[in-house]
This record gives sequence, C-alpha cells and structure tokens, in this order.
Amino acid sequence: MDIRSQVSMVFHLDKCIGCHTCSIACKNIWTDRKGTEYMWWNNVETKPGTGYPTKWEDQDKYQGGWEKRNGKLGLRSTGKGRVVFNLFHNPHQPGLDDYYEPWTYKYEDLFNAPEGDDQPTARPISMVTGKHIDIEAGPNWDDDLSGSPVYAENDPNLSALTPEQRAQLSAIERLVFFYFPRICNHCLNPACVASCPSGALYKRGEDGVVLIDQKRCRGWRSCIAACPYKKSYYNWSTGKSEKCILCFPRIETGQAPACFHSCVGRIRYLGVLLYDADRIDEIAGRPDNELVDAHRELIVDPNDPAIIKAARENGIQDDVIRSAQKSPVYKFVKEWKIALPPHIEFRTLPMLFYVPPMLPVMSSFDGKTVKNMSEGLFPDFDKARAPIEYLGKLFGAGNNSKVRYVLKKQMAIRTYRRAVTVGDVEMEHAEHMLREADCTVEEAEAIYKLTSLCTFEDRFVIPPAHREEAIEMVADPLEYKQSVGFGFKEEVKRGL
Amino acid sequence: MAQNTNILDYFNLFWFAVLPYVALFTFLLVTIQRYRRRGFTYSSLSSQFLENKIHFWGLVPFHYGILTILFGHFLGFLIPRQVILWNNDPLRLHILEVTAFIGGIFALVGLLNIVIRRLVDPRAKVVTSTADWVVISILLFQVGTGLLVAVFNSWGSSWYAASISPYFWSLLAFSPDIAFVTPMPLLVKLHIISAYFLILLFPFTRLVHALVVPNPYLWRKPQLVRWYWDRRKIRTPEFKVKRK
Repeated sequence: MDIRSQVSMVFHLDKCIGCHTCSIACKNIWTDRKGTEYMWWNNVETKPGTGYPTKWEDQDKYQGGWEKRNGKLGLRSTGKGRVVFNLFHNPHQPGLDDYYEPWTYKYEDLFNAPEGDDQPTARPISMVTGKHIDIEAGPNWDDDLSGSPVYAENDPNLSALTPEQRAQLSAIERLVFFYFPRICNHCLNPACVASCPSGALYKRGEDGVVLIDQKRCRGWRSCIAACPYKKSYYNWSTGKSEKCILCFPRIETGQAPACFHSCVGRIRYLGVLLYDADRIDEIAGRPDNELVDAHRELIVDPNDPAIIKAARENGIQDDVIRSAQKSPVYKFVKEWKIALPPHIEFRTLPMLFYVPPMLPVMSSFDGKTVKNMSEGLFPDFDKARAPIEYLGKLFGAGNNSKVRYVLKKQMAIRTYRRAVTVGDVEMEHAEHMLREADCTVEEAEAIYKLTSLCTFEDRFVIPPAHREEAIEMVADPLEYKQSVGFGFKEEVKRGL
Repeated sequence: MAQNTNILDYFNLFWFAVLPYVALFTFLLVTIQRYRRRGFTYSSLSSQFLENKIHFWGLVPFHYGILTILFGHFLGFLIPRQVILWNNDPLRLHILEVTAFIGGIFALVGLLNIVIRRLVDPRAKVVTSTADWVVISILLFQVGTGLLVAVFNSWGSSWYAASISPYFWSLLAFSPDIAFVTPMPLLVKLHIISAYFLILLFPFTRLVHALVVPNPYLWRKPQLVRWYWDRRKIRTPEFKVKRK
C-alpha cells in the first residue's frame, strides 16, 4: 500500500448556468500572454456539442489516452518506439484551426477613420498574424447551439444513441442541452506525463497537481495529442506546452483556484482524496464497464485507522489527513456515489468528478396542472429528454446504470425535500423513494445541504500545503542565516 | 606569382586551420553558457501547431535525410578503415553511395518545402526569425554543395574516409594538417567551410534543439512524480520515531 493524497474536484452540473465566469477568471490570470490567447485552461461547453477543441472526445481522430494492447496498457498516440518516429511531425496533434484563431478588433479605426457617410467599424484582427480575418470559430462558438446540424449532431457521444434517439434530439420541442465546464483532471494515470519525451511533465507528490516544467519542455508536443481531454496546449510563441496548474500558488496559500472561487453557480467543490498508488496500473486496466467502480475502489477511506497509519508512514501530515476526512469530494464520490468521472474509458483515472445533470425536470402536463411525477415511483429516465445512453457514454464508460443511480438518488432527494418544504408530496412516498434510491433521510439532508446551502468553507476544504516543512526536508532553514536575502543571484562576496 | 601562392596559403590556413577552432570553441562555450543561463530557450520551436499540412512534407524528409547523411559523415570520420574496406566491393560501395545520395535528396526536398512553407503560410511567417532564414540558407548551401560533390566528385565515401577523416583527426589533435584539404576541388572546400559556419552559428540559433533530443524517454518509467521530501528518508525507522 502506497497512500498518496490528491487535491480532487467535483463539478455539480445541475447547478451550472453556463456563464463562463470561471473561464474568464482563468484567462485573466494565466492565459492572456502572447501565444496563449487561444488557450482556455478552463472552458465551458454546451453538450450535446463538439466542444473545444472540436471533437476532442473523438479518439480515432486525436488518439488520446490509453488502450489495452495484448493485456498491457499503452498510450494510443505514442509509445517508446513510435515517439522517435513521430518526433519531427506528430500525426495526431491538433492545429490552431481545431481550436480557433484568436482575434481582437482594430479599435483605433473607430477614432481614426476619415469622415464619411458610413459608420466606422472595428474589423477583427488575428492575434497570430495581426492581419484581418473572418471569424469562423471562437472559444464558446457552439454555446447553447443544441440541435444544430453543425455542432450538436457531430457530438462523438451520440454514437451510443439509436438513429431515432438522434433524430429526436434535433426535434425542436425535444431540444435539450446542459453545460460541461472542463479543466485539467489532474489524473492519477496521466497520459500527458507518460508521453513526454523530455520528462518535463510530472505529478506533484504531495497534492497530485500535474505540471509542465517550462525549462525542460522542448516543444515535442506529445502531451497535446496524448491527453484525451485536450487540456495540454502548445504555446506557439515560446515553443513550450502549457496547461492548467490548478492555481497551485493559490492552493498553497489556502485559496481556492480562481475558477472555483469565481463560480457563480457554486457548482465546484475541492478537497483531498487519499488513494493507493500501488493499484493504479491494475485499476486502469479493468474492463470498461467496471471502471467507474474500480476507480472508486482506488480511493481509500481517510477514517480507516490502517489507512491513516499507512498515510502517516508515507509522510502525509496529520492535518492533510484531517482535511481528507472533511473533503466534500470524498462524500460526493465515495460515500454518496453521485459524482462520476468523465470518460473514464480513456483510462487516465481523472480526479475531477461530475454530478450528472437532471435537466430538464421531467414532468407531464395534463391540461390543467403540471405534474412532477410519472405513473411509477420514479420518472422514466429512459424516456428523458437527455437520453440516458448519452450521459452513460459521457460519465459511465457506457455503463448506464451508474448514471441511473445518480439521477434516481437526486430525484428522490428532490421529492423528499418537496415533502419537507412544500408538503404536497406524502412523506411516506418520499421516504419510499429514498429507500429505492439507496439513500437515507440523513444522507438526503446531507446531500441537500452540501448542494444547496453550502458555504465557501464547505465547498473548498483546501489542505495545508506544508511548503515550509517540504523545504526543510531539502534545505537547512538556517542555511541562509547571515546572508543577504532576496534579489541576489550571485554570492555577495568581496572581489579578488 | 610566389606572393599569390602565399596569400592563398594564408587563405587556406584561415579557412581550414583557424576557422574550425573558432567554430568549435564558440559552439562549446556558447551552448553551455546558453543552457545554463537561458535554458528556457532550448526548444524545437515547432510551428506544426500553426501550419499542419506542408509541415509533414518539409520536416519529415529533411530530418530523416539529414540524420542519415550526418550519420554517414560521422562513420567516415570515426572508422575510416572499415568504410574503405566495406567499399572494396563495388556493390557495397554503390549501396552506400546511393543511400547517401537519397538521404541528400530527402534533405533537399524537405528544405525546399520548409522554405516554401515559411514563405507561403502567413502563420508560419509570424514565427520565422532572421536567424531561421540564415540557418535555412546555410543548410541549403550545405546540402546543395554536398549533392553536387556527390555528382561531380564521385565515390566520396571512399575519398572522404581516406583524406578528410585524417584532416579532422589532425584538427582534434591540435596539429592541423591542411595538406589533406588544400588539393581538394573548390566544391569540397566550400562544403567544408559552410559546415564550419553551421557549427559556428549553431549555438545562436534554433539548431540547439538537436542537443536536447530526448533519449532518456526510451528507458524511463511512464509516470513521473516529483516530491518535495525525500521519500526514502521518510520511510526509515528513525524518521517514524521522530514523528511520534
């Protein structure tokens, strides 16, 4: 057993309103530099839709993630031998047009244009070439465009649907969509790290944040193709790759990452998970339909004395373990089982989990009143607007029962809370639903509280970074006593 | 007349006994200094992201071609005897020469595509510096003269191993013997001189990416984790005692 700690995340999709505040917060802090304008370390997609970069989920196109070859896990895009041959030209690397060409406007024309009959306009200017461009795509170009033949119909996840279901999705009265905010998943089995020829990518031991060492990156671009979520980006100006750093300077000082902090819908949760690193290989190699459960198995109980002992032996501090015990992510993922990993079939073991969306509320209209219930105890999820197969493909590696479990539980909690606050539902009925949904009244209350009434401290349980201790391990803190402090790169010493 | 030969001697001395040292020491000193002080600038500076179509037809043939050729030059320098022995059989000589020539053609075609790409594509143009054009020009000259030498002064693999290799060794021994190169045809001389310029300018250009080729990847573990603490130390019994 090799217990490690990982800063993990939950995004509650039922609460996401698609406002892109997270994306803007991130952009303003990290990716407003030359060469990074097109990057969105945090982006929000409309699903069904093609996403950013276009069709990132289509691994036949980009060859991201892992696959099992002869019983062994290997990268789809590259491998020990192939990396040599693909070094000069990476055949699976997305180009700028797969994202979009960033632009600004020539605002000075508004002021400098000579007097004339026409209103002066500010033409769009490419932020790459500086020349005029016709804008053809943008960061959230398919925003809310469900049902469109250009975007929604080309969603790779629709392959799980029957032709009838696909046709229904484009019918105007059946249109459905939800938002899918994405950042780097800081995976346990990161394909980007495994693919880097220079060994520039690494996972931080103490908190599991995946980073690119900018000094060691040589721009071989393997990580960009290898990451199945396309969350590693190439900075065309510096010739180095960059990615989401989970705002580690903020985390280390006890602040939530910018995208978490700014989230208007309060959909984001952050906390520590403890896991057994010895089992990563075995778990990542399980068959598709077992992956969700196996991934959960990998995450261990921070209250178990044996686990605590093993964690302490590995150098994990007591307050980090305490932080893990209070982690909202642990509750969502492991206790309540209502948060699921995205596309676990890519086998990178992502550590960002999603509570699948229930929207739209399934209801029926009998001519006079809107009924929230169907004939059965639960609404028929298979007849829901967002087909369960679609969500199953996105969050269950095709295992629809995992999504059905979550939707059932959420529905039961809604009914239960309605019985408590509105009272037009029999409590007995609600409790029956809870039992059917594998939920107790206490659990329902806890989920309700952490979903609806959560405070900042409930949502973000940030572990102490212990940089001070970490530094003491490598360097003697007294080493710099009697020296000159900051600002000198060379020794302050009398010359010869 | 006598004076003329004298000047020529000086010329030869400069090109073949002084320039190589200037080039070599600049190369060594500047690459090391650049790696230590401005290590961040060591990158392939790939522009595949900006232009993904002609890229393949330029970069792939160029790299495979130039690597084959470089390897050949290196072999001839390192094991000239064995190369000459190998060339004793005309069939084997032909195999070697044809392989080298195809490598040269690959490099030339690749280079031409690289030039076209950087001239035609507006995005690739943005990331093309003056240094890039200097490098491309010298490389074109280098590959061009190399191919011409192969055509007009055939069986280069043999005479290179016989005459140029000892000249290089004499350079390395710090007793340059330019008698090996002075009788060479002009084309060969130009090829050698431009190679020295390439070495001289190497540390100042994007060529340095060739020095950071990622060989450790082939034997490293797939996953890399960096710790702020010493994991082995932390698992020792003394440490456990200290923590209690």
